[in-house]
Amino acid sequence: MNFLKKILKGDKLTIARVISDVENESNAKILEKIFPYTGKAYHIGITGPPGAGKSTLVNVIAKRLLEKNNKIGIIAVDPTSPFSGGALLGDRIRMTDLALNKNVFIRSMASRGSLGGLARKTIDAALVLDAAGMDYILIETIGVGQVELDIAEVCDTTVVILVPESGDSVQAMKAGLLEIADIIVVNKGDRDGVDRLLMELKFAFELREQKAGWDFPVLKTTATTEAGIDTLVFEIQNHQEYLNKSGRLEKERKAKLMRRINELVGDKIKLHLREKIIQKEELERIIDKVYERKLNPYNIADKIAKKMIKTRN
Amino acid sequence: MDRKIRVLVGKPGLDGHDRGAKVVAAALRDAGMEVIYTGLHQTCESIVEAAIQEDVHIIGLSILSGAHMTIFPKVLSLLEKKQAKAIIVIGGGIIPREDMKKLEKKGVKKLFGPGTPTTEIVHWIRENVGARSGKTRPRKSKKTRSAKKR
Repeated sequence: MNFLKKILKGDKLTIARVISDVENESNAKILEKIFPYTGKAYHIGITGPPGAGKSTLVNVIAKRLLEKNNKIGIIAVDPTSPFSGGALLGDRIRMTDLALNKNVFIRSMASRGSLGGLARKTIDAALVLDAAGMDYILIETIGVGQVELDIAEVCDTTVVILVPESGDSVQAMKAGLLEIADIIVVNKGDRDGVDRLLMELKFAFELREQKAGWDFPVLKTTATTEAGIDTLVFEIQNHQEYLNKSGRLEKERKAKLMRRINELVGDKIKLHLREKIIQKEELERIIDKVYERKLNPYNIADKIAKKMIKTRN
Repeated sequence: MDRKIRVLVGKPGLDGHDRGAKVVAAALRDAGMEVIYTGLHQTCESIVEAAIQEDVHIIGLSILSGAHMTIFPKVLSLLEKKQAKAIIVIGGGIIPREDMKKLEKKGVKKLFGPGTPTTEIVHWIRENVGARSGKTRPRKSKKTRSAKKR
C-alpha cells in the first residue's frame, strides 16, 4: 500500500489524487484504509453569506496558525451550477499568501449538487488531510443563507461571519445559521453600522441558551488589514481548549460519528432500494397509479419497506 | 460516476488583463467543467503548486505580456520536476505564430490565438481529456482507456 505511506508522509501529489478518488467515488476501500490514521486534526469551519470575506479570513487565520508551527489543510467549497454541472472555484485568489508554503495544502471543491453548504464528500476529503498530518483543517462553505448548516456536522469549532449588511437582531434571533456558531464575527469592521450590529448580536446571544461554560464571543474583524485577527485566532484556540478540557470534544465527535454511520447506512439502503428492490420502470408504473388516486403513497411505502426487509442482500 | 474535468486558469506574470481569462473560465464552467481561477500576477511556481493540489487535468495560461517564451517553458519544467507532467498545458493570448510552433515543440499541447471561439476550446479539452469514461484517470490509465469506450 504505497499510497498510504505517501499520504502519511504528506506527499502533496498523492494527497491531491486521493482526494479526487474520494470525490469521484472511484476507490471504495480507500477511506477504510485511511480512517485508522485520522482523528488528530482539529476542524475549524468558516461560514457566512457570499462576499462576507470568508476566504480572506481563512487566509489570515491560516497565516497566524502557521506562525505557531502548525500544518494547515484548507478545503474551500464553491457552488456547482445546477444547470451546467460546472463550477468556478475562486477561493484561491484570496489565499495567494499561502500558495507556496510547504505546510499548507489547499483544495477547492465544487458542491456537486449538495445543498447544505458543503460538498457531499467534504467530510471525506478532510479525512485525507487529517491522515496527512494536518494540525488544523479549515473548511470554508459556499456563501450560505439561513439553512445550510452541514458545516457544524464536520467541524469542531464553527465560525459564522457576518457583515454590517447582514441585518438586525431579529435576523440574528431566527433559527438557523447563528445557532451553529461557536464564534460570531462581524467582518468588514471599517464600515458603517458595524457597532450597531455587534451590539444587537450580543443582545441576541444573551437570550440564547448558553452551552455550559462557553460564552459565545462576538468579534469585530477587518480581514484585509488583519485587524481583530489575533483575537479571533485566540478565541478559536480558546474554544478548542474548552472542548478538550470539558470533555465535550470527545462527546461531540462521538455523536457526529453516530450520525455519520446513520447517514452512510441510509445511503446504502437507498442504493439497495434502487438497485435490488424496485426498478425505475416499476416505480414509474406505480406512480402513475398513485397519480390517478388508485393507489396511495403511504400503503406503497409500507409495501416497499416490507419487501426490502424480506429480501436479504 | 463521471470524473469531472478540472481546469486551472492562470494569469502568470506582470499582466493585468484578465478579461480573456475570465471569458474562457466562464465558458468552461458553462460546459460543465470545474474551473479553478487563481487570479492575477501569479508566479509559475504558485500556478504549478496549485495545479498539483487541485489535481487538475489541464492548466490554461493566458499571457498577453509577451513573456510567453519564458513562462511556458518554466511551467513545463516545474511540472516535470514535481512529477506532474501528465498535466496538460495549453494557453492563449498574444503569441506570434512562429513562437506558437516553438512552444508546441517544447510540450505546450495547444495554443489558441485571439478570436478563437470558446466552443473550440471546450471541444479541444473534451477531446483531449478522457473524463467521460467514468473512473478513468487519463494520465495513468493504461488499462482503463482501452477497456472503456463511449
